[in-house]
Amino acid sequence: MARLQIRNLEKVYGNAFKAVHGINLDVADGEFMVLVGPSGCAKSTTLRMIAGLESISGGEVVIGEKVVNRLQPGQRGIAMVFQNYALYPHMKVRKNLSFGLRLQRTSKAEIERRTDEVARILEIEPLLDRLPKQLSGGQAQRVALGRALIKEPQVFLFDEPLSNLDAKLRASMRVRITDLHRRLKEEGMSSTVVYVTHDQTEAMTMGDRICVMKDGRIMQVADPKTLYDRPANAFVAGFIGSPEMNLIEGRLDGASFRVGDQSLPLDADLMNRLRGWTGSATLGIRPQHLRLNAGPGLRGRVTGAEFMGHEVVLHLDVAGARLVAVLPAADYAALDRGAEVTLTPEPGMAHIFDGAGENVSLPVSH
Amino acid sequence: MTDLATPAIANPVPAMSSEELRAARLSAFVRYSLLTIVGLIMLYPLIWLIGASFKTNSEIFGSIGFIPQDPTLDGYRKGWETSTPYTFGRFFWNTFLIILPKTIFTAISCALVAYGFARFEFPGKKILFASLIATLLLPNVVTRIPQYILFRDLGWLDTYLPLWVPSAFAGDAFFVFMLVQFLRAIPRDMEEAARVDGANSLQTLLYIVVPMLTPALISVALFQFMWTMNDFLGPLIYLSSVESFPVSLALKLSIDTTEAFDWNRILAMSVLALLPALIVFFMAQKYFIEGISAGGVKG
Ligand SMILES: Nc1ncnc2c1ncn2[C@@H]1O[C@H](COP(=O)(O)OP(=O)(O)OP(=O)(O)O)[C@@H](O)[C@H]1O
Ligand SMILES: [Mg+2]
Repeated sequence: MARLQIRNLEKVYGNAFKAVHGINLDVADGEFMVLVGPSGCAKSTTLRMIAGLESISGGEVVIGEKVVNRLQPGQRGIAMVFQNYALYPHMKVRKNLSFGLRLQRTSKAEIERRTDEVARILEIEPLLDRLPKQLSGGQAQRVALGRALIKEPQVFLFDEPLSNLDAKLRASMRVRITDLHRRLKEEGMSSTVVYVTHDQTEAMTMGDRICVMKDGRIMQVADPKTLYDRPANAFVAGFIGSPEMNLIEGRLDGASFRVGDQSLPLDADLMNRLRGWTGSATLGIRPQHLRLNAGPGLRGRVTGAEFMGHEVVLHLDVAGARLVAVLPAADYAALDRGAEVTLTPEPGMAHIFDGAGENVSLPVSH
Repeated sequence: MTDLATPAIANPVPAMSSEELRAARLSAFVRYSLLTIVGLIMLYPLIWLIGASFKTNSEIFGSIGFIPQDPTLDGYRKGWETSTPYTFGRFFWNTFLIILPKTIFTAISCALVAYGFARFEFPGKKILFASLIATLLLPNVVTRIPQYILFRDLGWLDTYLPLWVPSAFAGDAFFVFMLVQFLRAIPRDMEEAARVDGANSLQTLLYIVVPMLTPALISVALFQFMWTMNDFLGPLIYLSSVESFPVSLALKLSIDTTEAFDWNRILAMSVLALLPALIVFFMAQKYFIEGISAGGVKG
């Protein structure tokens, strides 16, 4: 049973580059926490500091009730799964799995019991006597998973474990890992997870909560639904969701949002959330939350339409700004390049971000 | 796609006309003959040496050919006995006594030092590594005299210690350099995984790094073996009593002590002296080649 706490964690690399700027994160016992963010935002650095593979320049990492800053990786009660598997090339799968236990001088019988159990869970029994180079990518990743599982650690750390697999395998491994996590939790085993990825699908589907990072800072920590519906800032809004949320710069005055010579009347719900806020602002609206020719909205010229079968991705030019909308396939017939259309945000779905990118339209109760 | 691919499969390479075939054969014949001749020329001294070791003394300088007219084992028999109280077996044993600790300790110490340089950050690392490389560039001869004086003061003259102890402290910069380069090409992930699995630095070295480094270590051991086998100057400087001479000195010994050299003895013993290195090389060849070409370590 272990919760993981990160307090004011900082990392300054040898070349004086500050990669992590005092972050705070609390991962509850048994929680599946996903760290997500663009390349270079210090996800790996953070994870490696938790693991003890990277020195900590400031702040604390607490596992259970213990500050582990000064402990060796092997003493922290963690297990890690690496992006390129990092199996020991000269050891058979069986030895790979039991290496950690053998170092701890666990009894032979116990090692055997746990190896068999892990092999059964991950369906790698037929592979036990193979060398890593005789495994496929997916098999190697399952062995790497097994090597973490067998240690029964307090916290599991994953660094982009699926990014070397093809799309189909990735999808099935995703399910396998979430299943495994649920199973551990049900059996009352320690199952706290910190999972690093740059893939938002992985983040959204796997995480109990998601921590979005940018340039060594945390942008928002929330469950997938909150993250999607109530992004704390423009960065999170743009990062989560596909196609990206439309972010249109303009001015908010009174009851309407002005962009170029157009004026978009705001719905009551949004007005309510804004609590009278005015000024230059960015309007955020997801492509999926736009309706075609359904009352007052943003007028734009169609610059392209991608027919996807069940839906249409529409590209528009609205007063010089780009706008993307995802519409039902039935609307496709009405769309010609160069056609003038009006797109209306669904009530309650738009966000307003201030000059610093903060969401000023979050509900009061939040 | 398929339309494009089929013609290539359906039409195999057009059959060569008989004329083209003849030309190809001729060119192959010329190429291989040339290579064989050059190869033979390069190997001729060695072939001659082996042939001459079975000749009688009078025949050796009589003809340039290498096939002995009436082969004799005299050279081997007498050469083995030597003109000293010891047989040549003794000298082989002495060589072995130098090579064994030297090779083993070289492998151990160089692996340790290379691991340190390749994987750890410590103050002064840059300067230390630079000076290591600098000793590579230093001519060996420069340090002979100070070394001699040092070992004399330690009372190590006429023992094997000066010959192998420096190597036991990673004294062969070339090997350290070679292993460092090799290690740099190996991803660190496996070592990090081992640390997460609870291994300390030494355990990581022993259980993870050394097995991955094996091909390179075999190359190191092989080089050290051959160089030590062939080393003449070292033993010449530090060893004075005949009973502790290694093979390289013993060969010279037979030239010194007899006025009229029995060349066939010397040649016969030279052939024997070549054997260990050859045997070891061919036994380790597979790993040796691997060691030089193993860059593609895959996780
Ligand atoms: N050893 C190092 N020395 C100096 N800077 C480093 C070092 N390692 C990483 N960095 C920098 O720290 C920042 C964070 O790197 P990190 O590897 O944690 O990013 P990441 O979020 O894992 O990215 P990715 O998704 O590409 O793996 C980057 O800007 C990187 O350039
Ligand atoms: Mg990374």
